[in-house]
Amino acid sequence: MKRLLRGGHLVDPVQGIDGVTDVLLDGERVAAVGRDLQVDADVEVVNVPVGCVVCPGFIDMHVHLREPGQEHKETIATGTAAAAAGGFTAVACMPNTSPVNDSASVTRAILEKAAVEATVRVYPIGCVTKGMKGESLSEIADLRAAGCVAISDDGRPVMTALLMRRALEYAGMFGIPVIDHCEEPSLKGEGVAHEGYTASMLGLRGIPSAAESIMVERNIALAEMTGSPVHIAHLSTRQSLRAVRAAKARGVRVTCEVAPHHFTLTDERLAGPVSYDTNLKMNPPLRERQDVDAILLGLRAGTIDAIATDHAPHQEDEKHVEFDRAPFGIIGLETAVPLSLDRLVHAGVLTMRRLVQLLSVNPARILGVPGGNLRPNRPADITILAPEVTTSVDVRQSRSKSRNSPFHGWTLKGAVAATIVGGRTVYVNQVVPNATVFGAAAGPA
Amino acid sequence: MNAETTNNVAASAEAADVPSIPVNRLRTKDLLGIAELSAAEISLVLDTAVAMKEVSSRPIKKVPALRGKTVVNLFFEPSTRTRTSFEIAEKRLSADTLNIAASTSSVVKGETLADTVHNIEAMSPDLLVVRHSSSGACHFLARICRSGVINAGDGMHEHPTQALLDAFTIRERKGRLAGLKVAICGDLLHSRVLRSNVLLLVKMGAEVWLCGPPTLVPTGFGRTGVHITSSVDEAVEGADAIMMLRIQLERMLGGYFPSLREYFNVFGMTRERMSRAKPDVLIMHPGPMNRGVEIASDVADGPYSVILDQVANGVAVRMAILYLLAGGAEHEAAA
Repeated sequence: MKRLLRGGHLVDPVQGIDGVTDVLLDGERVAAVGRDLQVDADVEVVNVPVGCVVCPGFIDMHVHLREPGQEHKETIATGTAAAAAGGFTAVACMPNTSPVNDSASVTRAILEKAAVEATVRVYPIGCVTKGMKGESLSEIADLRAAGCVAISDDGRPVMTALLMRRALEYAGMFGIPVIDHCEEPSLKGEGVAHEGYTASMLGLRGIPSAAESIMVERNIALAEMTGSPVHIAHLSTRQSLRAVRAAKARGVRVTCEVAPHHFTLTDERLAGPVSYDTNLKMNPPLRERQDVDAILLGLRAGTIDAIATDHAPHQEDEKHVEFDRAPFGIIGLETAVPLSLDRLVHAGVLTMRRLVQLLSVNPARILGVPGGNLRPNRPADITILAPEVTTSVDVRQSRSKSRNSPFHGWTLKGAVAATIVGGRTVYVNQVVPNATVFGAAAGPA
Repeated sequence: MNAETTNNVAASAEAADVPSIPVNRLRTKDLLGIAELSAAEISLVLDTAVAMKEVSSRPIKKVPALRGKTVVNLFFEPSTRTRTSFEIAEKRLSADTLNIAASTSSVVKGETLADTVHNIEAMSPDLLVVRHSSSGACHFLARICRSGVINAGDGMHEHPTQALLDAFTIRERKGRLAGLKVAICGDLLHSRVLRSNVLLLVKMGAEVWLCGPPTLVPTGFGRTGVHITSSVDEAVEGADAIMMLRIQLERMLGGYFPSLREYFNVFGMTRERMSRAKPDVLIMHPGPMNRGVEIASDVADGPYSVILDQVANGVAVRMAILYLLAGGAEHEAAA
């Protein structure tokens, strides 16, 4: 079955397209892209609503789906449904499940479950080390063969420099990146918030910026030594950004991502209006205004490669405790794109073209997965945005199993209109006028 | 010297407001910290405490202000001084009181703080006096409780009644707070007493100097409008009051300084060091003291020490707080 998306504003940086362009879908793939495409009478024609922007599907390269092992927080089914509602056509899931994804059997189990229950594409990330214990390398060849697109011990750093060196050298053989959660454990200590004025006044133990940037510098040195690619997860400080910028300038294979909460919120929020809100507790923590400003500049300048959510679902009762006893992390799949449109595009920080690079082009490139453009014969993974439509964030309506978001009640300018995966419409936003032209949202593949 | 000074515009404005905003009640059902109090509210508490102190001097130390009210003292962390002080204050106001310690609560069985407090609230108390090892625990409880919550010390955050009794003691002796130089020395990093005192003293117009090893100075604290130094002599020079903070021996495994011996040599308050202060300086300590660590015995027990006055005034200040939160302005507590 062919479908023609007619008259939409296509933003496809890889093809250099930023204007009214038709997209012809043939089943799961893109058949043609161009202005005023002529099609046969049996082709379903969808007139893209005025104001909507058609983009290559967004890929969230940092998500915790919690399955297997913590299905009370999230499952592959609910996490990917949330991803679809958030405009993502694919997610890469971190391996800190229970059991951790350090073997091909776990990878295959995730992919088999995803094949039946997932609404969007799922790309597993395997562990760097067996059991995520930081002692010896996982069977990375096996993980790669089973379908892992990267390796990471996310949630904790690769502890020793020697092991990180080995990981980079070994994973480099397969052309997959090592994604590191950069944190020097002894400096982080028992910290629960950014070390600065706010944490000091609230009596919260601090996590200094250097706890992150020391590890970023270490990883850059090792990437430079080995020539293998390293990807810095959820970068949060201006010092880290400065290190990445300098490394890139001298040709080191380093990439990095930032999370929407790190370009939206500062640590001052911890003091109110809801003080000690555990939905503001994440790792890395919310940083200072200067860090947020540096991240905004880094997004604009291209130092930052990707926006990734670090979607970390936790049940309400786990967060309904004293601040220092609450787990780190917030959900983010359904708020990332509205936040990006509101705080980046409408605020004049980024063009739509640059946003598509950060959410689609670069994640696909870093992970080496399909997507990132809508060239003919590529998968018909498409995100359709309604940049002018207002979004009211209501976590009670979330597709995720968890509700731990600090953005509940926020009003943002910019919405996802529809999400198409492999030619199938998997999400339609009823709030966006005329978005139903994209069809009824189908469930899991 | 490691001086770090920043003007705090908001704090100065608050100080300027002291005489111009008369208030006769607190704005909230809770006392969570000094941060939430205006300078006028602080003055109200201190003024009310004057009347309450008179009650404690009577042969029959009891007034009916809180008759029929129930106060639950919830101490999730060990405390003798503060818990006793609150309990005496409650009894002098004729409240019905109940003490629950962490070791006897369901918390040890794994119950959450929220569930524990909801169960207590089901029995309709009027006020909860809470001490907890987690910063912000009282804010958390205040959001989910109908009862008023009084912070009796939360983690490393605040200990507002301690700061209020410290201020009461200084004001009682010096007649004012504005314009005084107060030096606070010791473990600044882990002290909830410090945070409350800094907020209060700056709001009330005092000049505050903090002194301790740089390893025990909280990041960014200069923004509060205080002076920070690692020179005791500089901090104490011309001071009207010197507050010593306890070196929390249980926390010192973190290697904040090489030894207690060296700490005392560099930072301990001795007669020689205190001689740099004003002749009528007040020596203060929130207790419990480590003699020979942060303070020499002859200073702690000397003629300038008001350490036991602080303890006595604690009852009056806590009576004032209880009265203002649960007694209502219609009561004449001291009558």
